[in-house]
Amino acid sequence: MNTPNHNTGRRRFLKGLGLGSLTLAATAAGCRRAVDSVAGSSTSAKDVPTDGMTMRTNPSTGDRVSLLGYGMMRLPQIPDSEELDQEEINRLVDYALAHGVNYFDTAPVYCRGNSESATGIALSRHPRDSYYVATKLSNFSPSSWSREEGIKIFENSLQYLRTDYVDYLLMHAVGGGGIDNLNKRFIDNGLLDYLKEQRREGRIRNLGFSFHGDVEVYDHLLAMHDRGEAHWDFVQIQHNYVDWHSKEGNARRSEYLLGELTKRNIPAVIMEPLLGGALASLPDHLTASLKERRPDDSVASWAFRFAGTDPGILTVLSGMTCMDHLQDNITTYSPLTPCDDSEMELLDRTATLLAEYPTVPCTGCQYCMPCPYGLDIPSIFAHYNKCVNEGNVTVDPDDNDYRRARKAFLVGYDRKVPRLRQASHCIGCNECTSHCPQNIKIPHEMRRIDRYVEQLKQS
Amino acid sequence: MSVINLSLPHCIMLKKLRIAAATIFFVGITLLFLDFTGTLHAWLGWMTHVQFIPALLAGHVVIVAILAIITLIAGRLYCSIICPLGVMQDCFGALGRRRHKNRYSYSRPLSWLRWSMLALMTISMIVGVGAVVALLEPYSTFGRIATNLLQPVWMWGNNLLARWAESVDSYTFYSVDVWVKSGLSIALSAITLAVIGVLAWRNCRTWCNTVCPVGTLLGFLSRFSLLRPVIDTDKCINCGKCARNCKASCIDAKNHSIDYSRCVTCFDCIGECHTGAISYRRPTKKAASSTDEVVQGRRSFMTVAAVAAGAGLVEAKLKVDGGLAVIQDKKIPERKNCIVPPGAVSLRHLDRHCTACQLCVAACPNGVLRPSTSLERLLKPEASYERGYCRPECTRCGDVCPAGAIKHITREEKTSISVGRAVVVRENCIPLVNGHSCGNCERHCPSGAIIMVPSVPGDENSVKIPTVNESRCIGCGACENLCPARPVSAIYVEGRDKHTTV
Repeated sequence: MNTPNHNTGRRRFLKGLGLGSLTLAATAAGCRRAVDSVAGSSTSAKDVPTDGMTMRTNPSTGDRVSLLGYGMMRLPQIPDSEELDQEEINRLVDYALAHGVNYFDTAPVYCRGNSESATGIALSRHPRDSYYVATKLSNFSPSSWSREEGIKIFENSLQYLRTDYVDYLLMHAVGGGGIDNLNKRFIDNGLLDYLKEQRREGRIRNLGFSFHGDVEVYDHLLAMHDRGEAHWDFVQIQHNYVDWHSKEGNARRSEYLLGELTKRNIPAVIMEPLLGGALASLPDHLTASLKERRPDDSVASWAFRFAGTDPGILTVLSGMTCMDHLQDNITTYSPLTPCDDSEMELLDRTATLLAEYPTVPCTGCQYCMPCPYGLDIPSIFAHYNKCVNEGNVTVDPDDNDYRRARKAFLVGYDRKVPRLRQASHCIGCNECTSHCPQNIKIPHEMRRIDRYVEQLKQS
Repeated sequence: MSVINLSLPHCIMLKKLRIAAATIFFVGITLLFLDFTGTLHAWLGWMTHVQFIPALLAGHVVIVAILAIITLIAGRLYCSIICPLGVMQDCFGALGRRRHKNRYSYSRPLSWLRWSMLALMTISMIVGVGAVVALLEPYSTFGRIATNLLQPVWMWGNNLLARWAESVDSYTFYSVDVWVKSGLSIALSAITLAVIGVLAWRNCRTWCNTVCPVGTLLGFLSRFSLLRPVIDTDKCINCGKCARNCKASCIDAKNHSIDYSRCVTCFDCIGECHTGAISYRRPTKKAASSTDEVVQGRRSFMTVAAVAAGAGLVEAKLKVDGGLAVIQDKKIPERKNCIVPPGAVSLRHLDRHCTACQLCVAACPNGVLRPSTSLERLLKPEASYERGYCRPECTRCGDVCPAGAIKHITREEKTSISVGRAVVVRENCIPLVNGHSCGNCERHCPSGAIIMVPSVPGDENSVKIPTVNESRCIGCGACENLCPARPVSAIYVEGRDKHTTV
C-alpha cells in the first residue's frame, strides 16, 4: 500500500462502514420478509431454548464463553436513515443475554463509528460480569500509527463501552500490507508493549489479534508467541466450510489457520462463519442436499454447526441484524450438535460444488466503500450472487426460462442498485482492491458482471 | 336513385356505435402515449398511423385517400372518432353539459378564420415553420398533453405498483424515472389543455370549427358527403332541441338548415329529436340546404397559437441516495449541432415531417429523447445522453413514429447509422486529471470507435487517453453517458445534420 492513499483511506473506511445504508436497508427489508415467510415453518416453530447454550472455556482466564458470539458490525438502522436503531439493539442484546449469549464483539470503526457506543449503551444496562465485550485497535490510517493515537483509540473504546476494562482486545485486521504494516502499527511505536502493560493492569483481560491477508504475518505473530515475545490469549480467524480447504493458499485455508492455533492451545474466535450471509442461501440443489439430511434445520445452521464443531473454538461471531437470525442461531447452538464425519464430508462436497458457481465471495463488510466513483460495490455483488443462487443467471437465450431469468436479473438490478451506481460505471481505478479482506479483484468482477448485463440487455 | 333513410332506432344505434368507436380510439391512443414499455405499440400502433396530418407527412397516400373517402361518404367521422383531440373535447363538453343541459346554440361560421388557419398551416408545412405545424396539428396537440401531463401521473402510479411488486418479490412492475424533459413543453401543453378545455367545456367543438386546419379541410369535403343528418321540415315542430344540443353549433333550427362543413357527425341531434325529424341519410333536394352565408362572428375566441413562453415548471426533486459517495448530475454539454435519433435521416428530414406529437419522447426507454426548446425546432425530439444513451438493441422511436419523421430501422441498420461523432475534452479526462487509468468509454463503445493511446506520444507507460476513430463512431453516446467525469463528461457527441453510414 502506498502512503499517500492512506490519508484518506481511514476516513473513507469509516464512512463506508456505516454509510452503506442502502445495503443495510436492503438487509433489514430482507429480515422482515424472512420473518414473514418462515412464520409457519418448522424453523421458527421451535421454541428457542433459554438454558441450553453450549459454552466453551478460555484456557487462560477460565472465562465461560457462549459458542454464539454477537458481532456488532451489522447493527439494525432506523429505516431510511443512517442512524442506528438503539431500541432494537437493546432488545436484541437483552434477548441474546437472556438466552445465554455472553460475548459481544465490536470495533471503533463499525457502523460508521457508532457501534461501540451503541454496544456500550445496550450492555451497560446489565451487570458488568454478565457479559464479555471484545473491541479492537483499528489504527488503519498512517495518521493513527503513533503510540499516542493508538492509546487514544483504546481509551475512547473504554469510554464508549462504559467500562473500566475490555475483556478481549484485538489488534484489528493484521495481515493486510504485510509485516511492514504490522511493525508500523504495533511494534515500532511500542503500542504492543502498551497493550501488554494494560493486560497486566487488568484493563485488558485477553489480548489477541484478528487476521486477514498475508499469511506471513500470521506465522510471524505465532512465532513471537512461541518465542515468548508475546502471549496471545486468543486469535480471531475466518473459518467456514468454504475456506476450510480453500485452494487460495494458507492465508485463506482455515484448516491451516485453525491447526496452528490448536497446536499452541490458543482458543480461536471465528469470524465470517456464514461468509457474510453467502452460506445462508445456497443454490437450490445444494440446499436440497442439506435439507434432505436435516429437513428442519436452516441452511445457515449448517455453517454454524460446522464453525462450532472444533472444540478449540471459543466462540463463533455472527453479525445478527434481526431477531430471526438471532433466534435461529441460538437454536443451533443450544446445544451444538457437532458435525459428524459424514456431515463434514457433505459440507466439503457442498463447498466444492459451490466453487463452480460464479458467485463473488463478497461478505458485504463494506470495507471497500465508498467507491470514489459512486458505485455500490457490495449491493452489486449481493444482487449478482442472489441471482446466481436463485438460478437467474443464465447465458443461453434458447433456455425456456431465459426471459423470466433475464427480467428478474435486470429489474432486480435496478431495484437494488441505482443505475448510476451499477457496474458499468467502474473505471478500474483499483482504489477498492486493497481494502477487500476477501481479496476480491473488484474491478475484474465488475467488468464480468457488466458484460453479463450488456449481454442480457442486448438479447 | 333510392333514398337511404334510417329509422329512428337505427339512428340511436349510430350514436352508440360512434361513442364505442371513439372510446376505443381515444383510450388506445392515450395508452400509446402513456405506455413506456413499448408493449402496446404492436397492438395499437396503427391508431397513430391513421391520423390525418402524420399520414400526409409520411406520404401514406392510401391512408389519406381512405380518410377523404370516408368523409365524402359519411361526413366528419374522423373528427368524432379517430381524432383524439376531438374526442377529448367531447369529454370536456359532456362534463359541461352535466351542469347545464341544452346549453349550446347555433352560431354562424367563422369561415375567414378557418380558412386563414388552414392557409397558415399549409404555408407552414411547405415553408417548414415547424412550430406552427406543431401547435395547430390536432393529434400532436393531444399527444403533447398526454406525454407531458398524463404520462408522469401514469408513471408514478406504475412506480407505486413497482414498490408493491418489490415487497412481494414480483418482477411484474419495475420502477421508472419521472423527470422533467422540458419545462417549456410542459407549460405549453398545460396552456393548450387549459384553453381547449375551457372552450370545450363551454361550447365543445369550438376549436375544431375555428382553429383546427384538419377540421376545416375535412369540413370542406363533408359539405358534399353522401350521408348526413337531414331535417324533415314536415316532422319538425321547431322546438330547437337539436340546435341546443349540437356540440358543433351548426344547426340553424329556425331555417331548418345544418352547416355540414362544421357537423362532426356525432348523431347527437338525431337522438334528441322526439319527433324523429332528423335522420341520417342522403339528402333529398327538398331538405338539403346548407348555410354558407358569411356573417360576422358572434363569439369571440382566443387565439391560442400565440405562444406564451412561460417559465418552466419547478423541477421534481429526484431521490437522493444516502450514504454513498455523492454523484453529481451530468450537465448537458454545449453541442454545436443537436442530435436526432437514427432513422431521422437528417435534421431537415425530421423537421419537415415531425408534428411534435412526442410519441417518440414518451416511448424512449433510455431517457435520451426530449422535446427541443429551441425556437426553430420547438417541441420536436432531440437526443442528449446525461441519463442514458441510445442503446444498440433499441429502435423504438422509429417503430412508433406515425409521420415517417423517424423511419423504422432494424437493429442491424442501426449499427451502421452515424447520428454524430464523439469529441474528447482532454481537460476533463480522468486519467489526465487524477492519474487513474480509466478507459470506460472504450470498454462500452459498441462500434469500437474509441482507441486508447498513451497521453505522452511515444511513452508507452504514460496513462492512456481516448481518441475517436471518426469513421466508426455512430454517436450513440455510450461514451458520454458512462464517462466518469462529472458534471461535464470528458467525451461528448456532436450531432450530424445529415446522418451517415459507417
